[in-house]
Amino acid sequence: MTDIAAGFAAAFQLLLSFDAGLWEIIALSLEVNLAAVFLSCLIGLPLGGALAVYRFRGRKALIILINALMGLPPVVVGLMIYLMLSRSGPLGSLNILFTPGAMIIAQAILVTPIVTALTRQITEALWLDYREQLTSLGSSRMRAIPTLLWDGRAALFTAVLAGFGRAAAEVGAVIIVGGNIAHHTRTMTTAIALETGRGNLALALGLGIVLVTLAILLNTAAWMVRERSMPEAALLGVDR
Amino acid sequence: MQGPSILPLALENISLQHEGLPILDRINMLVARQRTTVVLGPNGAGKSMVLKVAHGLISPDAGHVRWSNLSGAKAQTRQAMVFQKPVLLNRSVLSNIVHAVRLQGIDKAAAVHRAHMALERVGLGDLAGRRARSLSGGEQQRLTFARAWARDPEVLFLDEPTASLDPAAGWGIEEIIVELRREGRTVILSTHDLAMARRLADDLVFLHRGRALEAGAAATLLTAPRTAELEAFLKGELRW
Ligand SMILES: Nc1ncnc2c1ncn2[C@@H]1O[C@H](COP(=O)(O)OP(=O)(O)OP(=O)(O)O)[C@@H](O)[C@H]1O
Ligand SMILES: [Mg+2]
Repeated sequence: MTDIAAGFAAAFQLLLSFDAGLWEIIALSLEVNLAAVFLSCLIGLPLGGALAVYRFRGRKALIILINALMGLPPVVVGLMIYLMLSRSGPLGSLNILFTPGAMIIAQAILVTPIVTALTRQITEALWLDYREQLTSLGSSRMRAIPTLLWDGRAALFTAVLAGFGRAAAEVGAVIIVGGNIAHHTRTMTTAIALETGRGNLALALGLGIVLVTLAILLNTAAWMVRERSMPEAALLGVDR
Repeated sequence: MQGPSILPLALENISLQHEGLPILDRINMLVARQRTTVVLGPNGAGKSMVLKVAHGLISPDAGHVRWSNLSGAKAQTRQAMVFQKPVLLNRSVLSNIVHAVRLQGIDKAAAVHRAHMALERVGLGDLAGRRARSLSGGEQQRLTFARAWARDPEVLFLDEPTASLDPAAGWGIEEIIVELRREGRTVILSTHDLAMARRLADDLVFLHRGRALEAGAAATLLTAPRTAELEAFLKGELRW
């Protein structure tokens, strides 16, 4: 008990004193997570929209595959990227193993299926409603994709946050391709794994507190966006 | 309205099936310029289907939709349809119209100007900034008319435009239809409302169980029906 209490006390002290080592780790984590989510959106939003509006052979199989990829084990993705990027691997000449770049790629691979699958689901529901009207207005399927993405923006924001949550929480992929190198590729999750093993509970707990706070903030943001997107419900005081 | 007329419109032997059951059965219909053609019939007769086939949203299993001297693709840009159930984008009232006009390749400033004019004409000028889905049913229906109007169509398909409105709102819509006709536009309107058909129809097609049982000048058909079905419908005695 006293261990835990002392750990929390030390953790808060680190946080409140803006410990440079701690904030360096937090900043790098956020950079990597945000870059990975950005890449995933660049691919996943248009791809999910396209899967919603186009009909082609193999579409169902592709959707099932992407849904399955949502559950990819991070360590396996880490291993695959490691093999690709290592000296003797096909992309070894890039020389980016054990850099933040490698971590971004690994996390983007984990997050893209989530953004794609959820985008497909959200925009396809809209497409069912809009299809005849948009076709009547002379909108092509291609042109309908940005319309659907914009109209589904509130739900899509939640999907992107889910992707961010996955990136922020995972440790298996970044530890393999990043190597957990101090001042270079050490993120919150890899640091927690390392410092706990070393018995440095204050730092581990401090980072844990930041991670949990981040999760709460994200969910609050998602909730507020949903709230704002449904003013009719707010007007009626409807319980959601 | 600019450019050569796409009328007359001829539906030739249109048949449509769904899972082996006939929905439309060898429909023939001629729509002349600058007239109001009413497709009259009880619930489930196939009125919505006829309009959607004519508008090009559904391809018939047999038969042809012929517009005068123009390919179907070109004719599409000169038509607008108001659906039985309004479909509005999750945006402001104004943006809904601007989106529809811009799909015609018109630039933003001109589209906004047109949208404001159209809103004024249907009496929604003060609601331009409201979220479209927060409008009442009657206001939503007027918005769908403004959206169609702003595209300056030669031909308007109106599917039961007053079916879900109270009498006063219904009158408001009828006034808009009269105004559209006065501008020289051609209207194809479906309804099961006999009184409305009497007020608005120049020509009439009576639809029953997917077949066009009678077609001709409204004044003649409504006073001297040739089939037992139309006679019963006029007396309010036709059951599906
Ligand atoms: N998507 C669909 N799939 C299968 N059958 C359909 C579909 N839409 C309509 N139908 C059937 O086609 C027939 C004609 O439908 P339609 O909507 O054209 O009738 P309607 O005359 O417009 O009726 P209402 O006055 O109720 O609007 C009906 O029997 C209906 O059940
Ligand atoms: Mg109908």
